[in-house]
Amino acid sequence: MTDMAPQNQALEIPSGGCSSGSCGSSDDAMAHLPESIRERVNNHPCYSEEAHHFYARMHVAVAPACNIQCHYCNRKYDCANESRPGVVSELLTPSQATKKVLAVAANVPQMSVVGIAGPGDPLANPEKTLETFRAIYKEAPDIKLCVSTNGLALPDVVDDLAELNVDHVTITINCVDPKVGAKIYPWIYWENKRIRGEEAAKILIERQQLGLEMLVERGVLVKVNSVMIPGVNDKHLEEVSKIVKAKGAFLHNVMPLIAEPEHGTFYGVMGQRSPNKAELQELQDSCSGDMNMMRHCRQCRADAVGLLGEDRGHEFTMDKVEAMDIDYKQAMEFRAEVHSSIEEQRNAMKKVATVSLDAIGGVKQAQKKTRPVLMAVATEGQGVINQHFGHATEFLVYEASSDGVRFIGPRKVDQYCIGSSECDDGESKLSMNIRTLEGCEAVLCAKIGLEPWGQLEEAGIEPNGEHAYEPIEEAIAAVYLEMVEAGKADIEVETTQKATA
Amino acid sequence: MSYSIVDLCVNCHACFDVCPNDAIYKASTQFMINKNKCTECVGDHEDAQCASICPIEGAILTPAGEPANPAGSLTGIPPQKLREVMAEIQAR
Ligand code: SF4
Ligand code: SF4
Repeated sequence: MTDMAPQNQALEIPSGGCSSGSCGSSDDAMAHLPESIRERVNNHPCYSEEAHHFYARMHVAVAPACNIQCHYCNRKYDCANESRPGVVSELLTPSQATKKVLAVAANVPQMSVVGIAGPGDPLANPEKTLETFRAIYKEAPDIKLCVSTNGLALPDVVDDLAELNVDHVTITINCVDPKVGAKIYPWIYWENKRIRGEEAAKILIERQQLGLEMLVERGVLVKVNSVMIPGVNDKHLEEVSKIVKAKGAFLHNVMPLIAEPEHGTFYGVMGQRSPNKAELQELQDSCSGDMNMMRHCRQCRADAVGLLGEDRGHEFTMDKVEAMDIDYKQAMEFRAEVHSSIEEQRNAMKKVATVSLDAIGGVKQAQKKTRPVLMAVATEGQGVINQHFGHATEFLVYEASSDGVRFIGPRKVDQYCIGSSECDDGESKLSMNIRTLEGCEAVLCAKIGLEPWGQLEEAGIEPNGEHAYEPIEEAIAAVYLEMVEAGKADIEVETTQKATA
Repeated sequence: MSYSIVDLCVNCHACFDVCPNDAIYKASTQFMINKNKCTECVGDHEDAQCASICPIEGAILTPAGEPANPAGSLTGIPPQKLREVMAEIQAR
């Protein structure tokens, strides 16, 4: 990593991916945190949208058992809500996991973080998780370690995690009130018994809060994830946000509940609805006033496997990994070189972004009242518009206004299908794409076919391929300026239209 | 007498980790209980540990051959409701 920019400079230059106070990694939202933590977070692939484009993380599945039940999870399948790999995922022993991590790290130098998130709770039987961390820490000290947990067993292992230099811990906290908790967690396994109802929720909540406090005391970064469940904890999460911030969590990430009957979860079967995009954004906005919200989290889009793409994932199956002879000392030098050239590239892009964002500042100075506009981007990473519209499985949504360009969040194209013939139908895929873009007024991509072009225009979304391979923020700023000049962003024109996501 | 595991097991290891007698082992497609080693946890714990942590309804049977965790007891989904929803999904 190169040196951080001096503080005054960092305040002037929008940090690439985020140019407003509401993004999880911007300086404003981090203002209440000590400098040392801010520095760690700003270059963190998991927490800085901009850094996220350049680095990747990988998960290893070593922890199958769980000690609680959540109503949004079905242990028979992958968990849609916590990006938890399911019991069907390739389960590795700690030594296999370590070998795989070293192999990927040597071959994919962008991989900078290794996480253990399941398939169960990584701390329910902590030995497998700790053994894996111990081995990676010893052999590859340049890799950051992270772990996700429901928190029940957390206080027991806080000291081990701190000792192994674990970089950050994610605790899923959906409530601080046992009455709410009883509607989310049907049971926990605690002190050799299955405990149910409010009693169970109360224990879980106490352990989560204790674990959070203990980690903060020891200087381990803590992120809190919450699943937003309308009618159950949606109102309550603002309070959760306040409490976890007060205790020193550096980031709060609210994710929408994913519940479909075919998942076989309690919420899915009982018809519990998911929040819509506007509700989610409203909650994220109301929490961001007093908490760092993370909007770019797309539940590990940048998994190393994802970064590798399907074309490279097969290079790292366990039998191939076992056959590799990795000289990690040498690999570490190579990784350091790659990381420093990434840093050069990031710095160069920040400068470019500043120029066009300055132009937006000009709009403000002209005292022309313009309304904010949502735009979507198709990208494969590196912070540029480099994806074909038809290949996008998600879009990044940005809001442009006279205040600048701010990242709102990723929107996944709904890929969920239960095998009905509709799913392979090109046309319905297109309409799904268009539905995903609801509320956006333009979509920027590297290329786009004629048919989607027409349909997008019909839906009131302007397709734009003019900024292919340009940095995202600069391109959005340019499109916004065009709209402003054409009078399309005048407040008078569409006073009733309010941007929602 | 002994508890036992049927093929509903999803191989989550949870019971394996908590058995005080190492009576549980990984067989080719699922976990199994060695009936010579299982003590029903008597003397160690009030409740059978495997049956107290297993997340899958019906996967573990009591010595009497009854599901230790019958349908609906862990997920809270009424069995009738589950059947209806499954039928609906299949009819799509
Ligand atoms: S009942 Fe107790 S002793 Fe028997 S298999 Fe289950 S956990 Fe082991
Ligand atoms: S806890 Fe249940 S599902 Fe998990 S391995 Fe044991 S029997 Fe199988």
